[in-house]
Amino acid sequence: MGTFALHALLLLALCCSAGKCELQESETSAQTDSPGVDPFMSGPDEPQASPVEDRANLPVFTMDYPRIQVPFEFTMWVLLASFAKIGFNIYHKITIWIPESCLLISIGLIVGAIMHSVKEEPPAVLNSNVFFLYMLPLIVLDSGYFMPTRPFFENVGTVLWYAVVGTLWNSIGIGISLFAICQFEVFGVQDINLQENLLFASIVSTVDPVAALNVFDDIGVNEQTYIIIFGEGLFNDAVTVVLYNMFTFLAALPVVESTDVFLGTAQFLVVAAGGVLFGLVFGFVAAFTTRFTHGVRQIEPLFVFLYSYLAYLVAECFAISSVMALITCAITMKYYVEENVSQSSCTTIRHVVKMLATISETLIFFFLGVVTITTEHEWNWAYILFTLLFAFVWRGIGMLVLTQIINPFRTVPLNFTDQFGLAYGGLRGAICFALVFTLPDSINRKDLFVTASIAVITFTVFIQGISIRPILEYMNIRKTNKDVDTINVEIHTRTMEHVLSGVEDLCGQWSHYYWKDKFKKFNDRVLRRILLRHNRAESSIVSLYKRLELQSAIGLLDSPMGDLGAAPSLLPLHDERKEATRPKKKFLAADVRKMHHILSKNMYNIRQKTMAYTNKYDLPDDSQNREILICRHASVRRSLRAASFRQPVSFFILFIVGWTPSRGPGGPPPDRPHHLLGRTLGTTGVPEVRRVRASGAGRPQGGVIRIGRTKGNRRTGTEENTRHYYGTPRGGAEAQGVDDWKY
Amino acid sequence: LAKSCPGQETVTLYLRGVALRGRRPRPAPPSTSPPPASTSHPIKQEDNLTETRLVSHSQITRLYSRFTSLDKGENGTLSREDFQRIPELAINPLGDRIINAFFPEGEDQVNFRGFMRILAHFRPIEDNEKKSVAVSEPLNSRTNKLLFAFRLYDLDRDDKISREELLQVLRMMVGVNISDDQLGSIADRTIQEADTNGDNSISFNEFIKVLEKVDVEQKMSIRFLH
Repeated sequence: MGTFALHALLLLALCCSAGKCELQESETSAQTDSPGVDPFMSGPDEPQASPVEDRANLPVFTMDYPRIQVPFEFTMWVLLASFAKIGFNIYHKITIWIPESCLLISIGLIVGAIMHSVKEEPPAVLNSNVFFLYMLPLIVLDSGYFMPTRPFFENVGTVLWYAVVGTLWNSIGIGISLFAICQFEVFGVQDINLQENLLFASIVSTVDPVAALNVFDDIGVNEQTYIIIFGEGLFNDAVTVVLYNMFTFLAALPVVESTDVFLGTAQFLVVAAGGVLFGLVFGFVAAFTTRFTHGVRQIEPLFVFLYSYLAYLVAECFAISSVMALITCAITMKYYVEENVSQSSCTTIRHVVKMLATISETLIFFFLGVVTITTEHEWNWAYILFTLLFAFVWRGIGMLVLTQIINPFRTVPLNFTDQFGLAYGGLRGAICFALVFTLPDSINRKDLFVTASIAVITFTVFIQGISIRPILEYMNIRKTNKDVDTINVEIHTRTMEHVLSGVEDLCGQWSHYYWKDKFKKFNDRVLRRILLRHNRAESSIVSLYKRLELQSAIGLLDSPMGDLGAAPSLLPLHDERKEATRPKKKFLAADVRKMHHILSKNMYNIRQKTMAYTNKYDLPDDSQNREILICRHASVRRSLRAASFRQPVSFFILFIVGWTPSRGPGGPPPDRPHHLLGRTLGTTGVPEVRRVRASGAGRPQGGVIRIGRTKGNRRTGTEENTRHYYGTPRGGAEAQGVDDWKY
Repeated sequence: LAKSCPGQETVTLYLRGVALRGRRPRPAPPSTSPPPASTSHPIKQEDNLTETRLVSHSQITRLYSRFTSLDKGENGTLSREDFQRIPELAINPLGDRIINAFFPEGEDQVNFRGFMRILAHFRPIEDNEKKSVAVSEPLNSRTNKLLFAFRLYDLDRDDKISREELLQVLRMMVGVNISDDQLGSIADRTIQEADTNGDNSISFNEFIKVLEKVDVEQKMSIRFLH
């Protein structure tokens, strides 16, 4: 409740300040009439201006609102939207049923109503420049940076198919149907010609599946569906912007000739390919730059933002798809940059990207609500209802038809539930809203289009967004067997699922294997050498540790769980006769239910079902992976130790995971000059693993730190583990010219 | 791909070898043994008794590529370390057990035949196979799939899952928030439900019985291995 009170206060403050600003302006404008007035002193008394007035005292307290007005109002709006988000998260139960976008729009509606009643104009956020130059890039950067690349490239064909062909299908279908409707005189919209209808249709067919992703996240839809809808939402932004530009151009022409259509298609290809090319160029340049930033860690995150924004702007300048450029730049950059920069820079980049994107998206939905109330509307029942109908119908049909065509080419075909989820989850959102506001004023029914778009967005976000969860749960529940399983079944089925998931991962990817292989070779031979600072033999395990940000490992290793990844050879012998004579416990039904509950909450999900990729509003959740990796850390170390005597390359891996060939008891002296694997808490509180450049690297030497076996007690050795594993303070190592090994 | 394959004959030889093993378990002939006289269609030769091959030809070539890409030491065999390098396997809670399943008793290296042999367990059961009367069960029968899962628990190969073994696997599969007591009760309950002969451990037959309603064929089949 406190937040709502705060909300109200903030609103009041905003309105008052806005009102006050008017007052202030009228004051200062009056003041500036008289000559020689110092504009910065807005006090009522100006001794120099009018010598006729009485002598005034030094103004102790002045207020100069106009000076700070613009940044102040911006900050207040962002703050208000952020308070809304805090409020939603406190009442967490709401967001399960109602997607955040709905809530934001509702709050926006309330604020808009208040502003309308005090006759206040909302800030001009939604003019073309502000949206396209400031707000959209942030959202797109987030999508591109957190794109799960492996599943994406496995499904790239399907994603592009739905994004490009699907959007075209929707646009043209809706456009032509609406044009047909326009022919009927009774609806009163004859003056909208075909090009304008197509333009409007292209705006309305953009989907923004944020709410659908949230629901899929919770239900646990499979990886394929998730990545398809994610990728589709991402790429049809690009497609829509291209179509929008194309149709805007065509709408201005009185007559459309076939050459124009042909040129339009050619332009589409140029735009898309050009976008990818620009993105690649900037991505590689960014990666190359970060190769040299080891001395200036503080500004490392800046390069990610600068280069991606540059890519966006330059592409905008040449009227090439800036969204594609930005996405490609982000994907390209991420892989190399995350290996070059330090761990804390990596974390900073991720957090800032997420923060900016969340603010941007929040503001957009918020303003959707505000502007809904305060703009001029033109309501035409027929046009709007038919728009809704056609948008729904065409998407459904399109999804069915397209899936039928592409299913034979997929290794895992999409079943009906998947298709329904994809079709029904096509909510409209921010892009649609912004594009319709940037329609040129030459279109005479612009207000109608604005109203219709807002209606479509509101309808899909509210009705579809709220209802998708119950429907999908119903469909899923019908499929899975919800009998009362025995504990055995629950455990063993989960075991089998893990096994299957593991073996599938072991088999590797299946589609596009040839190209991936080729790219991988090229990557290893050429790109990694140029773009990376430390080009080690690529060990995915190493990057996995880094990606999971194992600074939390300290916390976990201190818990009793620290060393429980028992390798088979360490199975303790157990007297099985004792087992048989153990008295049998009695289990009540309530106990069994409780066990089911504990298991379902605590058992790890299989990898394909964990949405470690992204919930749109959160950072990727790696906690399960971290836990598992920590628990298995011991066995990973053990097997790598065995192999180290055979292959020199694995010695690097050893270094990383901190293992050593055996050494006598007693622990190492803390200031060992070489072969020191240290892990410290740096000044930022984030540990970085440091490695001293070893003399004689390549062969296991005796001078490596022994890990944790000194007391011979694996279970309680965590403290000792920590002490030996994590080595000397940073300062000393730094002075010796240590190589930074980003762990 | 052609360059990385050792040659068509060896690939089909592996195929024959795997097909043979699947149908009649017997000691493995060495992989370099000369093929029998008529090798023109070695696959079709063995198909008198079974309608379908164990794994299709294109899948074999793909899996061989995968095998060679995992084999960093390039000596034709995989070691445990090669498996540990796969990052997705590193974050699989049962990763160790899965990796161990590939290595026969006491050995540290697995060659391609052994690799394929384990993967053959995960081939989907096709309808016509269910009806055909094979000489002995193919590797991907329901029983053999269940045996594979059973062996994940039963490390000492005494054909019984003891409470301790069950606890180990359980501990791997749950997070850090369950206490040892709770886990112990769950293990006790599990054994109680399944145990019919009162020896406080789960034998393979009890394991099969407890999972009789579960669609094991679907849960333990990789869809693209047909």
